[in-house]
Amino acid sequence: MISDGIDDDEKWLAEGIAGIQHHAFYLHRALDANNLREALKFSALMLSELRTSKLSPQKYYELYMRAFDELRMLEMFFKDESRHGVSIVDLYELVQHAGNILPRMYLLCTVGSVYIKSKEAPAKDVLKDLVEMCRGVQHPIRGLFLRSYLCQVSRDKLPDIGSEYEGGDDTVMDAVDFVLQNFTEMNKLWVRMQQQGPGAIKEKMEKERSELRDLVGKNLHVLGQIEGVDLEMYKNTVLPGILEQVVNCKDDIAQFYLMECIIQVFPDDYHLQTLETLLGACPQLQPTVDTKTVLSQLMERLSNYAAANVEVLPEFLQVEAFTKLSTAIGRVIEAQVDMPIVGAISLYVSLLTFTLRVHPDHLDYVDHVLGACVKKLSGKPKLEDKRATKQVVALLSVPLEKYNDTVTALTLSNYPRVMDYLDDGTNKVMAMVIIQSIMKNNTFITTADKVEVLFALIKGLIKDLDGTSVDELDEEDFKEEQNSVARLIHMLYNDDPEEMLKMICTVKKHIMSGGPRRLPFTIPPLVFSALRLIRRLQGQDGEVVGEEVPTTPKIIFQLLDQTIQALSCVPSPELALRLYLQCAEAANDCDLEPVAYEFFTQAFVLYEEEIADSKAQVTAIHLIIGTLQRMNVFGIENRDTLTHKATGYSAKLLKKPDQCRAVYACSHLFWVDDQDGIKDGERVLLCLKRSLRIANAAQQMASVIRGSSGPVTLFVEILNKYVYFFEKGNPQITPAAIQGLIELINNELQSESTIQISDPFFASTLRYIQFQKQKGGVMGEKLLLSMFDS
Amino acid sequence: MNYLIGAFKPSCNISITFSDAKTRKQVPFKKENGQTVMLPLFQSQENISGKVSVEPVPGKKVEHNGIKVELLGQIEMYFDRGNFYDFTSLVRELDIPGEIYERKTFPFEFSTVEMPYETYNGANVRLRYVLKVTISRGYAGSIVEYQDFVVRNYSPPPSINNSIKMEVGIEDCLHIEFEYNKSKYHLKDVIVGKIYFLLVRIKIKNMDLEIRRRESTGSGANTHVETETLAKFELMDGAPVRGESIPIRLFLSPYELTPTHKNINNKFSVKYYLNLVLVDEEDRRYFKQQENIFCWCERPVCLGGPTMAYPSCRLKAFHNGQTYVDGGDAQRQQQISPI
Repeated sequence: MISDGIDDDEKWLAEGIAGIQHHAFYLHRALDANNLREALKFSALMLSELRTSKLSPQKYYELYMRAFDELRMLEMFFKDESRHGVSIVDLYELVQHAGNILPRMYLLCTVGSVYIKSKEAPAKDVLKDLVEMCRGVQHPIRGLFLRSYLCQVSRDKLPDIGSEYEGGDDTVMDAVDFVLQNFTEMNKLWVRMQQQGPGAIKEKMEKERSELRDLVGKNLHVLGQIEGVDLEMYKNTVLPGILEQVVNCKDDIAQFYLMECIIQVFPDDYHLQTLETLLGACPQLQPTVDTKTVLSQLMERLSNYAAANVEVLPEFLQVEAFTKLSTAIGRVIEAQVDMPIVGAISLYVSLLTFTLRVHPDHLDYVDHVLGACVKKLSGKPKLEDKRATKQVVALLSVPLEKYNDTVTALTLSNYPRVMDYLDDGTNKVMAMVIIQSIMKNNTFITTADKVEVLFALIKGLIKDLDGTSVDELDEEDFKEEQNSVARLIHMLYNDDPEEMLKMICTVKKHIMSGGPRRLPFTIPPLVFSALRLIRRLQGQDGEVVGEEVPTTPKIIFQLLDQTIQALSCVPSPELALRLYLQCAEAANDCDLEPVAYEFFTQAFVLYEEEIADSKAQVTAIHLIIGTLQRMNVFGIENRDTLTHKATGYSAKLLKKPDQCRAVYACSHLFWVDDQDGIKDGERVLLCLKRSLRIANAAQQMASVIRGSSGPVTLFVEILNKYVYFFEKGNPQITPAAIQGLIELINNELQSESTIQISDPFFASTLRYIQFQKQKGGVMGEKLLLSMFDS
Repeated sequence: MNYLIGAFKPSCNISITFSDAKTRKQVPFKKENGQTVMLPLFQSQENISGKVSVEPVPGKKVEHNGIKVELLGQIEMYFDRGNFYDFTSLVRELDIPGEIYERKTFPFEFSTVEMPYETYNGANVRLRYVLKVTISRGYAGSIVEYQDFVVRNYSPPPSINNSIKMEVGIEDCLHIEFEYNKSKYHLKDVIVGKIYFLLVRIKIKNMDLEIRRRESTGSGANTHVETETLAKFELMDGAPVRGESIPIRLFLSPYELTPTHKNINNKFSVKYYLNLVLVDEEDRRYFKQQENIFCWCERPVCLGGPTMAYPSCRLKAFHNGQTYVDGGDAQRQQQISPI
């Protein structure tokens, strides 16, 4: 049935075209012969083809265009009075003798346009007459095309300012009245199409209607192009006229399209000055109208306008554009109860974009928008709708993008409240966006309050939110998130130590709630941040004498102690141990022996109790040794205790090579190459000898197990230590001892295989010794041993 | 037959000419056989003068018992064709009995002739004015020649010429208010008006304005009425909705109208009606007929100027539905009746 309909459509169109062509042929003949009677007769016959009701709008348009072309020729003929000998006035009557209204009106419009051109009657009278007489065609499609024809033939003949048809009684007002009236009638016809279809073919009807909408819209374009429409006239006549029609037609398709049209065709500054009127119409539109798109377009246009012309900004303020828009949006949302939440939010996004582009300095406006959004969201559960969520993210991202200084966003009190309505996943995404924005712009957060707000914003990253199951988290995402948080902590900075401390405390409070998975990521930056503060205080010590300084390193160290303790419970002992050592070092620099000692104690406790893995132990003990070596705050007793401990642990490592290495590293604990550092040559030698023994034992074990002794690396390493201490002037290290060690290594190398394999490490060590000898000097002389023999 | 007649062909030619033939206005006139000829136009109280010339066939003489010219106003009913009723008859004797040998011209004059009726050519009746020249002969019958002329009388414009305004309808179905700017129009006039739709519950397809001529002939039981539609003028295409107002502008000049004739010599009457017809999608017709008078005005209004006169009577709000319902008899009369 439907396909038949389409075929029929084609068939009818073909018939119509054939009819037009047939009559057009005789019309041409009549025109060639300058025969007015015949011309009128055949043009009326030709135009009768347009009386068909069988065509869809699209096909009808094709037919119309054919007739339109012919009418152009006819118009030329009418214009030339010498060809037909009838005055234009008589012609205007003559064409009205046609019995059928549609051909009559087409002819009348055609003659009317010539009539205006002849200036034998005021343009306004002719226009008024034409637009009135067109009422006779009440059929929607035929009427629309007829009036569209009228619009077309008259558009260059309107009594506009600067037009040749203006002057005398003809004013711009007449042009406006004419177009407005034609628009009103066309819109009525257009809207009527809606009512004429039964429900079943409603969809088809709507499609056909939308095909015709540009015919209606053309009137508005013409209005927009009338030069003489100044702001005053637009405000008092044009816009109210259009809006009255738009609102009263109560048709959603028409209302949406026409509102769009209004926004597009009239100048920006007109919109600005008539904002209230335009916006006033919005809540009166049908609830099914996509008002949000309309408003968004309006705001986009206005913000583009403001962006392109900075000088108009005062006008925006003057007309209170923001307040009006904001109120209008509120009303629309109120009026359209069924509007999905996504619609409302996207409206707010548009408004926010507008605000940020036009009034970037008005933070209160921004906050106001967010507040309105919160109000809309309040009383509803968290957003489930994906699109709505997306809109909220957009809403929240806009200020971040706009204000390079993210901190600005933190001053918006409603910002976090909006975030609360996001689901957890989106909340995290949003938090990441915030952090990235901070990073990108290199913004430092400088007060504890802001830190508080910021961490409230990103709490999705800081701690587990209710109802999130951990398994869902992607490990990599999680790491990235936490790394971001870590980076963020470094962006918190204030020159004032007191404030800085506050900030640190705030951060600590937040991140402590993060749980075992987050702490390893978040505590280190916090610790280092605190340490940095300590170092700063240390540098200022002298200057703030006399004043009461509440922020002392001691306090911070206490804080650190607690913090790291939390980490060790997580458990992440290796990390905690490192941090303890860092703290100890800082305490050392602050001359706080007890504190440093305490940290070391903690480190050792961790080593003893928590670090079981042998590899981790090796790393840890080396770290301990290294740190301890640099300590200079300890008294002899404390130091002895700690070194003793360290040496003891070194010797208790599981693997012999590890033992060996740890022990010779311990030797440094007794020889600090500072001016007043400890220099206990004997105990150095003791350590080295002990490590030699261990190395030997390791070698033997290797040969027992594998049948061959292992590499001599350990020996060479010990040799290096010997050479080092020798050079540093340790009296206990004699050339003979070095010589002996070299021989030992040589022996080991030879016994290993018949072929002399030179160990590169050993070789370069020897080369170094050789070099030092040749260089002479004290070192060289000291090294004048029997080495030449070898 | 013609030959036969030709054998007895009158031995002379008669021609009738009006004295102001060159200057007098000529109007087209449709003859019985359908041909249109141009005839001189007169009106009542004019002098009708001219010449009758009689020209015998060369070499023959015309013997006669006298020559006369008659001015006749006749009414012919078609059911009684050939039987003329003369309502006006004037005679001028032109010549006493005698013989005519060569062309001879006789001037004649009828002064201030009373011609109360106008020339009319209808469906069942015609009214004509004619000059009849008769050459009476004793033996071979008279020789007769006719010359038609047209009479139109210009009447003064009616002193009262109100607009016609009326609300009509079918209850709960269609309810309109129409307005014609005058109740009497002259023949080159233009009807201006509007139709205002107060209630539309039917799907109207289109609306026409018809000019109908009602010609009644005879009298009493023999009255014969013939109605013709002279004009069918589409006013509206498509279905209007409530509140629409459709303009009317109908130029009368293209149509062959005559003045209204009321009881012409007790023989016939001609009336004109404006008939507003609405057709719905099921091709049902709804109409409202309204009598209008067409007349010749003394000074025919020049229609040269642009006729921009769209209904000057702007829409008045439909005032009170109640009075309409209470209308009783009036209501019945006003109802548009579906056919």
